[in-house]
Amino acid sequence: MTRMLQVDGLIKRFGGVTAVDSCTFEVEEGTITALIGPNGSGKTTAFNMITGYLKPDEGRLAFRGEGVGRPRPAPLYRRGLSRTFQQARIFPDLTVEENLIIARGGSWTTMFQRRVSRKDHQLAMRMLEEFNLQALADLRAAELSYGQRKLLEFASVLMSDPKLVLLDEPTAGVNPVMIDTMERHIRERHASGTTFLIVEHDMQFVMRLCDPVIVLDRGAPIAKGTPSEIQSDPKVLEAYLGS
Amino acid sequence: MKSLVSPAGALRAGIFFAILIAIPLVGGPSWLLNMLIFTVMYAALSSSWNIVGGYAGYPSLGHAAFFGIGAYAVGITFSKSVGAGYSPFWSLPVIGLAVALIAVPVGWISMRTRQDVFAIVTITILFIAQTLAFNLNGLTGGAQGTSVAAPPFPAGTYDWPFYFAMVVILAVTMLISHLISNSKFGLALLTVRADEDKAQGIGVRVTGVKVSAFALSAGMVAMVGGIWAYYVGFIYPQFAVDPLITIGIVLMTFLGGKGTLWGPVLGAFILVPAQEYFAQAFGASELYLLAYALVFIVIMLFLPRGIIPSIAMARHRRWQRLAGEAGSTVPAAGGTSTDAMDPTATMTEGTR
Repeated sequence: MTRMLQVDGLIKRFGGVTAVDSCTFEVEEGTITALIGPNGSGKTTAFNMITGYLKPDEGRLAFRGEGVGRPRPAPLYRRGLSRTFQQARIFPDLTVEENLIIARGGSWTTMFQRRVSRKDHQLAMRMLEEFNLQALADLRAAELSYGQRKLLEFASVLMSDPKLVLLDEPTAGVNPVMIDTMERHIRERHASGTTFLIVEHDMQFVMRLCDPVIVLDRGAPIAKGTPSEIQSDPKVLEAYLGS
Repeated sequence: MKSLVSPAGALRAGIFFAILIAIPLVGGPSWLLNMLIFTVMYAALSSSWNIVGGYAGYPSLGHAAFFGIGAYAVGITFSKSVGAGYSPFWSLPVIGLAVALIAVPVGWISMRTRQDVFAIVTITILFIAQTLAFNLNGLTGGAQGTSVAAPPFPAGTYDWPFYFAMVVILAVTMLISHLISNSKFGLALLTVRADEDKAQGIGVRVTGVKVSAFALSAGMVAMVGGIWAYYVGFIYPQFAVDPLITIGIVLMTFLGGKGTLWGPVLGAFILVPAQEYFAQAFGASELYLLAYALVFIVIMLFLPRGIIPSIAMARHRRWQRLAGEAGSTVPAAGGTSTDAMDPTATMTEGTR
C-alpha cells in the first residue's frame, strides 16, 4: 500500500491557542480512515489545512507521494483531493444537475462551453442514478431537504473522480435512514477504489465503517488502530472521559 | 437541455431592437432622441456592470473610473483632428481592449476583498481616477476640461451616429451577457457569487473567472464612455468620472433585477426618463437626487431582488399553488415545468 496522504508536523496557532500541534499521521491508499477526537481537538482545523483552506504555521503535506508546496483548494481538488463541509455547502440557486456539473473541475477552455453540454448531462445523470436522485435533477438545490443536500454535496465532489475524499461529519444532523444511505454510498465508492478520510462524532458509524481510526487530542494524534483497539485504548478513554 | 437562443428570447430581443432602430427613422421631437441616447447609454452601462456586479456578485462602485478613462481616451486622441467623422467609433474596440487590460491588475487586487470592503476599495479607485483627471493637466486639461473636435455630421441627423453607436454597444453587451449566462463561465460566476470558498473547493478557478468578468465589464463601460465623450464634446473631470454615474448604474441594475439579462435594461428605461422628468420638475436644482434616494429606499423595501426576479418568483409561486391544487407531486414535476417558469430567476429568467 502506498501513502495517499502524509501529514507531517502540522502546527496551527490561533493567538495563544495551539489548535493543531505537531500533527503527524498518514492515510493509506484504499482505506476508510477516521479522524475522531473530543470537541476542540483540532479535527476540522487539520481538515482545513490539509485541503488548503487554512495556511499552516508549520508542517508539510504530501499527496500521493508528491509534496504540496502551498496547499490551495482548487488545485488540490483538480489533483484528486475532494472535501465536503460540516454544514452541507451547495449552491442553492443552481439546479441539482448544475451543482454536479460545476464540480467537474475542467480546464480553462471548458469555460467557453455551454452551461450544460450533452456530455455534462450524461455524467451528471449517471451520478444522480448512483445516488438515486434522478427525479431531482432539474430542481433548485434550495428546495432539497438537509439530508438530500448532504448527499448532493457528496455526489458533487465525486464528479472529478477523486482519489481521496475528506468527509467532515457526513452524518451530522441527518436522519437514521439517510445515515444508512450515506454509509452505503461510501462503501460503494470505497469498493471501486476511492480512499476516505472521515471526521465523525457518531461512534457507531465510525466503528462499523472505518479502519483505521486516528484519535486526536489537543491537536495531536494520541492513538491509531482498528476500531476495537481504539475502543480499549486507555489513552483514548482518558481523552474522552478524563479530567 | 435548452438551445442557446430560445425563440421567445430571440423574438423579444428582435422586437426591442427593431423599436430602438425605428424611433429616429420615424421621427419625433429632438429631445426624445437626446433622452434615448442617455437611456440606451445607461442600459449599456448597467448591462456591463451586471456582468461583475450581478453575475459574479462583486458590486463595483468604481466603474465610473473606467467610463472616464474611455471618455478621455477618445477626448485626447481626437481633440486636434477636426472633423474626425466616424473614426472615434472605430477606435472604440481598441479602447475597450486597452481598458480591459488595465482592469486586470485593478480587479486582481481589489477582488482580494469582498462585499462591503470591495465596494469601498472600488470607490477609492473612482476617486483616484477623478483626482488624476483633475491634476494631469498636460493630458486631461485638468479642471478646464478637454474638448473633442465636433464631427461634421449633418444638422438634421446629427444625433443619429451617436444613438446608433449606443444601440450597437447595448446589443453587444446584452449578447455577451446572454452568452455568459449560458456558458460554464457564467455558471462559475454564479458559484463565486453564492459561496466563493466552496467554489474553490470544487476546483472552480475563482480568481480567473471573477477578474475576467471585471475586465470584460470595465472594457465595455470604457467603450460607452468613449461614445459619450464624442457626443457631449467637452469633458470635465467631475462629469467624466462621476460618482453619480456609478450610483445610477447600480440603482438601475438593482431596480430591474441584478443577474438577469433584461433587468439592467429595464431599470435604465425606467430611471433615466424618470430622472429627466424630475430634473425638469425640480428645475436646475439637484433635488432630483432626493427622488433617486427615494427610489432606492422603495426598491430595498418592496423589491429587494428587483422587478424581473420578483415577477418570476410570483409566477413560480402561482404555478406551485396550481400544481398543488391539481394534486400532483411537486418535486418530480419540477423538472418538466421549470423551463417555462424558472424559480431561479436570478440569471436564467431574462435569458430566455
